[in-house]
Amino acid sequence: MRVDGRRFDELRPLKIEVGTLDKADGSAYVEHGRNKILAGVYGPREAHPKHIALADRAVIRCRYHMAPFSTDERKSPAPSRRELELSKVIREALEPAVMSEYFPRSTIDIFIEVLQADAGTRCAGITAAALALADAGIPMRELVAGCAAGKVDGKVVLDLSDVEDKQGEADLPVALMPKSNVVSLLQMDGSLTEEEFKQALDMSTDACRRIYEMQREALRQKYHVVKDEADKEEATEVNA
Amino acid sequence: MSATRQLSPVARLEQKTVVDLIGKGKRVDDRGALDYRPTTITLGVIEKANGSAQVYLGKTKVLAGVKIQPGTPFPDTPDEGILTVNAEFVPLASPTFEAGPPDENSIELARVVDRGIRESKAIDLKKLCIAPGKKVFMIFVDVYVLDHDGNLIDAAAMAALGALINAKMHAFKVENGEPVYLEEIMPVPMQNYPVSITSVKVDGATVLDPCLEEEQVMSCRLTVTTGKDDSLCAMQKGGLGFLSPDEIKQIVSTSISKARDLRAKMLSNVK
Repeated sequence: MRVDGRRFDELRPLKIEVGTLDKADGSAYVEHGRNKILAGVYGPREAHPKHIALADRAVIRCRYHMAPFSTDERKSPAPSRRELELSKVIREALEPAVMSEYFPRSTIDIFIEVLQADAGTRCAGITAAALALADAGIPMRELVAGCAAGKVDGKVVLDLSDVEDKQGEADLPVALMPKSNVVSLLQMDGSLTEEEFKQALDMSTDACRRIYEMQREALRQKYHVVKDEADKEEATEVNA
Repeated sequence: MSATRQLSPVARLEQKTVVDLIGKGKRVDDRGALDYRPTTITLGVIEKANGSAQVYLGKTKVLAGVKIQPGTPFPDTPDEGILTVNAEFVPLASPTFEAGPPDENSIELARVVDRGIRESKAIDLKKLCIAPGKKVFMIFVDVYVLDHDGNLIDAAAMAALGALINAKMHAFKVENGEPVYLEEIMPVPMQNYPVSITSVKVDGATVLDPCLEEEQVMSCRLTVTTGKDDSLCAMQKGGLGFLSPDEIKQIVSTSISKARDLRAKMLSNVK
């Protein structure tokens, strides 16, 4: 049993919404435990400045950013070294899933805003950003889902909360492309034996698959509603 | 913002050759898939630094310097010294490096090296406390990439560790919360020796210690850092590709045994 009463392999509650923003081409909002994360996607759109454009594919840009009020101590709004590194690894986690070769000379911009942080923000950010990309109608090989595992009190556990992360011995953030069962983000810090690592990796990829089902459901929810409304409109038109 | 990078057109022409070779189980520089390039480490090359080390990893050349000075501790670790790792991709090291503020690649490298040293508890930071909450020693590790022929992370991690092993500081006693330096010279209190091993995946095959040409054709890389008891202390996947869980487990297992050899070799050279 853990501080918040979860089992060792239990996820925190997730809430996923697709298409929460009006202006963005695609967006998603994810609550993962006490993490509150908003992702917005713009594009494909004309590359600006022009010289960054690539002849054979879209340039994918990614910005992971934490709001100043998202943490216990106020975080300076200027991008930290941590945020710069995470922007890079998150982009590298999402890019293999995006069919950027369909949009040469353009950019696809991914913005991830952490409104409240409670450990595991990069993974929840990936979960949200993958949905925002899908919501923008960008062709993707498949979705990407993120979840961390780690070690607390000598035991390998899934999805550390903030409290567990601070006193924990290791953290292993993972992002999975669930259909082809490949890992597109992998980082680790702390101390794990090889056996513990294997256990943690299996645990987190398994959790990614569960999150993937929730992502699909969230997409279905939105587009099911859209389809219903369209049907209704069609029906009223016929009646008139 | 982090953006997709363009490969140079020359690299595109070279790509096929490098990929084909790896497909046949060979490599551009005639190594086996799991062979590390010849490594040399020279300590104490910069006299004005507290510690320094220059590493050659094949033709890759990295210099690391350690500077130690008193400063204020972080509020959450009031009785521990401070470790800071920074990396400079000096423009003379590669045609792709530009002067200016650190880009995401040098930040990533510095942070991966930092995690290796920090998470393996390589330095006993408690021994660097002068007055809890007020004054501690700060250890700055600055990594200078001088010639880029691939696998900068491993070379940088090795140079940083070498510079720390080499670092000397005046022994001190504490009077009224201020350090009073003694004649005696002491080393930085080390308790672990983290070693990074980077592998890249090229066209489904995995090779260790990529040279630059191999890095340019890789789908992704995985760096695994282990401490002296073989425990994993840091990992980082980079690049636009992906790895299956089995590939990862295989790489981790190979990296652990490779790191063991490299650590033993390195420690016997520097001591």
